[in-house]
Amino acid sequence: MQLARVTGTVVASVKAEGLEGVKFLIVQPLDRHLRPEGSPVVAADAVRMAGPGELVYIVGAREAAQALRQTFVPVDHAVVGIVDAVEEIGGRPR
Amino acid sequence: MKVGRVVGTVVSTINAPVFDGRRLLVCDLLDAAGKPDGTYTIAVDTVGAGAGEAVLIVDEGNSARQVVGLATAPIRAIVVGIVDELTVDGEHVLAEG
Repeated sequence: MQLARVTGTVVASVKAEGLEGVKFLIVQPLDRHLRPEGSPVVAADAVRMAGPGELVYIVGAREAAQALRQTFVPVDHAVVGIVDAVEEIGGRPR
Repeated sequence: MKVGRVVGTVVSTINAPVFDGRRLLVCDLLDAAGKPDGTYTIAVDTVGAGAGEAVLIVDEGNSARQVVGLATAPIRAIVVGIVDELTVDGEHVLAEG
């Protein structure tokens, strides 16, 4: 699982079966110092509450679909939590 | 499995229900010399690992679901052990405690 920042939303009216009602977000993966790392990906919003600007954590691969209501769907990244704080040991919370 | 070091925790209130009551650890992954290799993962704690400890991480969903005992859990990385000692090519790379 990785930290990521929500940077946008994706609207698609034609989708594969099982993806109806699933909200898609553009997320930028981050390193643990919250710096962007790698390319943005489209992730399904499994918490249904994440929005642009928010710090979240994402799960990749097959496990992403497990987070959704229908689990046998073609999804490879999902937002599974909204981050309140990342507390570094010996450091200040961010 | 990978060897990592616990460097932080993630605090989250809004999340997939399976994460309720579970500790999320930010772990730097270590190379064969026991040094951070520049990558990290967020792993669910199952052994009570604490700050600064070297840990054994499984980054594979099926195993993770088995450990948490939930066939549909959207979890991929979990901490399954606390490393006491790591020896590579006869040399002590990590000696904890």
